Amino acid sequence: MPKKTKTMNLNFGPQHPAAHGVLRLILELDGEVVEKADPHIGLLHRGTEKLIEQKTYTQALPYFDRLDYVAPMNQEHAFALAQEKLLNVEVPIRAKYIRVIFCEIGRILSHILNVTTQALDVGALTPSLWGFEERETLMTFYERASGSRLHANYFRTGGVHQDIPLKLVDDIEKFCRSFPQIIDDLEGLLTDNRIFKQRNVDIGVVTKQEALDHSFSGVMLRGSGVPWDLRRSQPYEIYKDLDFKIPVGKNGDCYDRYLCRIEEMRESVKIILQCVEKLPKGPIKSVDGKISPPKRDEIKQSMEALIHHFKLFTEGFRVPKGDVYTAVEAPKGEFGVYLISDGTNKPYRCKIRAPGFSHLQAMDYLIRGHMLADVPAILGSLDIVFGEVDR
Amino acid sequence: MDKEKLNKIEKLINSELTSKILFSKIENNELIIETNSSDLVDVIQFLKLDNQCKFKQLIDIVGVDYPDKENRFQLVYLFLSHEKNLRIKLMVNFDIEKIIPSITKIFSSANWMEREVFDMYGIKFKNHPDLRRILTDYNFKGHPLRKDFPLTGFNEVRYSEKEKKVVYEPVKLEQDYRNFDFESPWEGTNYIKEIKKNSNNAKKN
Repeated sequence: MPKKTKTMNLNFGPQHPAAHGVLRLILELDGEVVEKADPHIGLLHRGTEKLIEQKTYTQALPYFDRLDYVAPMNQEHAFALAQEKLLNVEVPIRAKYIRVIFCEIGRILSHILNVTTQALDVGALTPSLWGFEERETLMTFYERASGSRLHANYFRTGGVHQDIPLKLVDDIEKFCRSFPQIIDDLEGLLTDNRIFKQRNVDIGVVTKQEALDHSFSGVMLRGSGVPWDLRRSQPYEIYKDLDFKIPVGKNGDCYDRYLCRIEEMRESVKIILQCVEKLPKGPIKSVDGKISPPKRDEIKQSMEALIHHFKLFTEGFRVPKGDVYTAVEAPKGEFGVYLISDGTNKPYRCKIRAPGFSHLQAMDYLIRGHMLADVPAILGSLDIVFGEVDR
Repeated sequence: MDKEKLNKIEKLINSELTSKILFSKIENNELIIETNSSDLVDVIQFLKLDNQCKFKQLIDIVGVDYPDKENRFQLVYLFLSHEKNLRIKLMVNFDIEKIIPSITKIFSSANWMEREVFDMYGIKFKNHPDLRRILTDYNFKGHPLRKDFPLTGFNEVRYSEKEKKVVYEPVKLEQDYRNFDFESPWEGTNYIKEIKKNSNNAKKN
């Protein structure tokens, strides 16, 4: 007699601690095996793209902090680069270095969060306690440069908002000297941990071909053995003068992606150290008065500067007609901005390409045939942040 | 990206696909080509499979709305070739009634991207396996990224203490949404760059 089987539907989230935000997954289960997963996203949709169309370029920038809110400046970077490409502005060299320092800090911020919460999802509590202490230090660096710990709003078209204090550079260097030890400690807890390996090795395997077909980028792609990093292959800012390695995985499973992230943190530390060492003196934003606002003391003395200031903060600047796509290697993958300008002071269309969107899309493909308990492990290794997926 | 490489690939695409390419140009160091919606699938197949192109990754599908144009909608497909280290933009213009062929068979990642375009613009895709809304609320009406959709939307949500549930109501604004027009009535600002570029062109007025 043929055995009758019945599948069960399970609603995972949107208020599930391992869903990394507001993900609602409809799982079709056969016993404990997942047959199908249907992610429902959009619970954090704020209409960022629509809002940006109504704002001037300067006003639109803060929206980018609120996308992937664990590494805010990396997103700002993509938007700033897009405007600069259309405007054809030269960014001063010091600003480039500062940008790179903070982008790499963002990468460490994001990877610490991901690695430790992934460990939390599979049962290890301690890493997140250790990791978050370091995140706190890094966020004070953000605060000392921009005034806020998370929503920095620090990058500007043609540079950064303000110069960083001298002491900050020393403190960042000091942090970089001590941080590798913390990574070692985290690795001591996780890398050879039997339970951690049992939960991650050979789970959520992605082949090279599938990774390309599913539009994966960043660690998701490198974990599967594709040596591709925009910082190396399509270098922006000063990345081509810096010496760093690109860690590449072999098996494309959750464990390899974890290892890639750990290695990337070490490389980021190296990049920051090189930048701190070389950090040149000079202006930190474009000297073109039509794009970047004048200094405070100039406003008090020069009529011209006052007019520029007024015009910039009411009308904003106009960006020449055209469309560009710029992408940066954000911690989660290729973060891109497709910007269409119609020659006015507001973007006509600004499409945000979030890496997490394509990664989450592959959830159904990744989870099929795995056990229910693997759902948080795979979700953790995808590195999903709903701010950017839902936009 | 290399200018030369872009030029070469532009020539190749134009010579291989001839009439299927309506227009191509390199601007801001980016290659953009335009095609018809009926040739879309063929062109994408070619871009993906040709040995000199190998655009094996679909980065994104961007919808754009131009309400004043005859062909109101535009789709821009962004592709990346890892092997050749190149990017390309493929553009299609069409009017509101057109149904665009889905490319989910060629790139499985197009699934959600097309759903998003459908959600935001109401553009329909032929042979899409699962064309549902994706980012907006369940039972949402309208297509928010169309230019004629108001920023404030039509409905607002709140928790009603009386009914003990979340209720949907038409948007009531205390103050109308204000949109400032910065177009100066005296002079369109001619920025220094523009003046430099066409130095023999006199000012606008």
